Amino acid sequence: MTKDQTIGEALRARGVSRRGFLKFCAATASLMALPPAMVPKIAAALEKARRPSVIWLSFQECTGCTESLTRSHSPTIEDLIFNSISLDYHHTLQAASGTAAEEDRKTAMKENYGKYLLVVDGSIPVGNPGFSTIAGVSNMDMLLETAAGAAAIIAVGTCAAFGGIPYADPNPTKARSVTAFLKEYGNRLPNTFTVDETGQTDPVDVTNKPVINVSGCPPIPVVISGVLAHFLTFGKLPELDSLGRPMAFYGKSIHDRCYRRPFYDKGLFANSFDDEGAKKGWCLYKLGCKGPTTYNACATTKWNEGTSFPIQSGHPCLGCSEPDFWDGGGFYKALSTPTGDITRTAVYAIGAGAAAGVALGALNRSKRAHMRKTHSKVGIDDLEKGDKS
Amino acid sequence: MTPAELLMWVRGPALQFATVVFVVGVAVRILEILLLGRKPDLAEARGSEVIGGLRTIISRSIPDRGTLQRSSFNVVAGYIFHAGFFLALFFFAPHILLLHDVFGVYWPSLPTQFIDALTVVSIITLLAVLFHRITHKVMRFLSRPSDYVAWLLTILPLITGYLAFHRVGLAPPLLMALHIGSVELLMIVFPFTKLMHAFTLFLGRYYNGAIAGRRGVNA
Repeated sequence: MTKDQTIGEALRARGVSRRGFLKFCAATASLMALPPAMVPKIAAALEKARRPSVIWLSFQECTGCTESLTRSHSPTIEDLIFNSISLDYHHTLQAASGTAAEEDRKTAMKENYGKYLLVVDGSIPVGNPGFSTIAGVSNMDMLLETAAGAAAIIAVGTCAAFGGIPYADPNPTKARSVTAFLKEYGNRLPNTFTVDETGQTDPVDVTNKPVINVSGCPPIPVVISGVLAHFLTFGKLPELDSLGRPMAFYGKSIHDRCYRRPFYDKGLFANSFDDEGAKKGWCLYKLGCKGPTTYNACATTKWNEGTSFPIQSGHPCLGCSEPDFWDGGGFYKALSTPTGDITRTAVYAIGAGAAAGVALGALNRSKRAHMRKTHSKVGIDDLEKGDKS
Repeated sequence: MTPAELLMWVRGPALQFATVVFVVGVAVRILEILLLGRKPDLAEARGSEVIGGLRTIISRSIPDRGTLQRSSFNVVAGYIFHAGFFLALFFFAPHILLLHDVFGVYWPSLPTQFIDALTVVSIITLLAVLFHRITHKVMRFLSRPSDYVAWLLTILPLITGYLAFHRVGLAPPLLMALHIGSVELLMIVFPFTKLMHAFTLFLGRYYNGAIAGRRGVNA
């Protein structure tokens, strides 16, 4: 498969029929909530599109995102798409490492300057450049350098999108999400900046580089392929929500699309993991489900070829596609419950209130006694006081 | 501060603070009333103070015909929003979870659609109550700024709760934070406004009933 092949040629070379290709286009349109009339346009655009160069940078992450994406079962839509891109650099997957691998990245950047897609998974530590390096280059420098020539950046996984687990309190590495990092450091020149290799003539301010957040721990593979297909078809980013996520996948909450929602509405809840409610598949809200505040497509696209998703398997949603999900007050505590020990506070407050009440009560009684003691009746002289003056 | 951080703050330190103010304030005010005591009645008792007091706590909840005719709007609207507020507060599943966390007891919840409808009815009723207060000459004359504050703090949890449940307008964690925050605001001002009637009405009715009961008459 050469880099000059179009996606259509690449898919045909892999034995994908025209019918199969159109089915894929229809599924993509459906996933992205596009009207059926868009299917031929998607097909035409993908047919002609050159395989895009993709550079994948892995920073402070657990490789779960890559694992999720590479565990897609063949022949899925995501499989087709991922085999249709030119993944020029992914240091976790590629065999090469060190100088040779870095040269590959720089070559890909130079050849596709301004056109390549940059995928980032993992957060960026700004506490110390040495906390996370690749081939001796800090994550900060590598992102600044590679973002300069990117057409767009896709922040894959909650770590890249919102900081994720490294960002969790107390955030020892001072981890930043891609968006936060670019906002803070986007106008700085990377220490590794070289004019010749990337073809840049001026330092590039990457503060406002378009970023698509594909959050989740890990994210759903089909969301990545959907975003890629949209970008290839329309040459622009899909509609995003306030957190920079594609509306087509993150437009509705888990709660809204959950098949257990009717039980919530009826007030039928599992109170423990093995009670009658749990066995009957009732709502998991009381077990800490974060579905009501979590926006993702798990409840519809599901996982493992549409087999299931956490709630269907009997476990509450952790809210992994939302910012700060790790510090959300406990996975098994319902959203409406206090994070601290409110009972102890209330008991202490009753004690303090009782003491203060008794003290004030005694003061009031003493005041009353004093008033009674010093009280004098109004006499005839008092009535004449006004006249005298 | 992100919406998620705000939510954590209102579920944590802010709730702790509001609980302390609420509990200490209510305890102090009730104890002040109780410790002030009443002047001893030296006359021979003609009936039971306790029975008269307890009976009046209940009987005063039933409006007499005269009051109902004179102030039918106040009575009906008052009942509707009080019942709606009470049921939404104590029988909505997420609220029961919160109360379980504090008191350690569970009770069955009402269907969410029912709570939803009650909330809407309560909001509409409270708006009507405000309209009545503003347009009725006597009511307007008797109203103090603190009455309007109490009204606002009562309707806010209902409105924010409705918005949080339907996730309208803002990010869900922010809506949830605003809802919990509005309740905390209510808790903080509760002991220092007429909202305190939720507790003192029982004391007041008992005193009235006990005085009448001792004299052998109905309050």
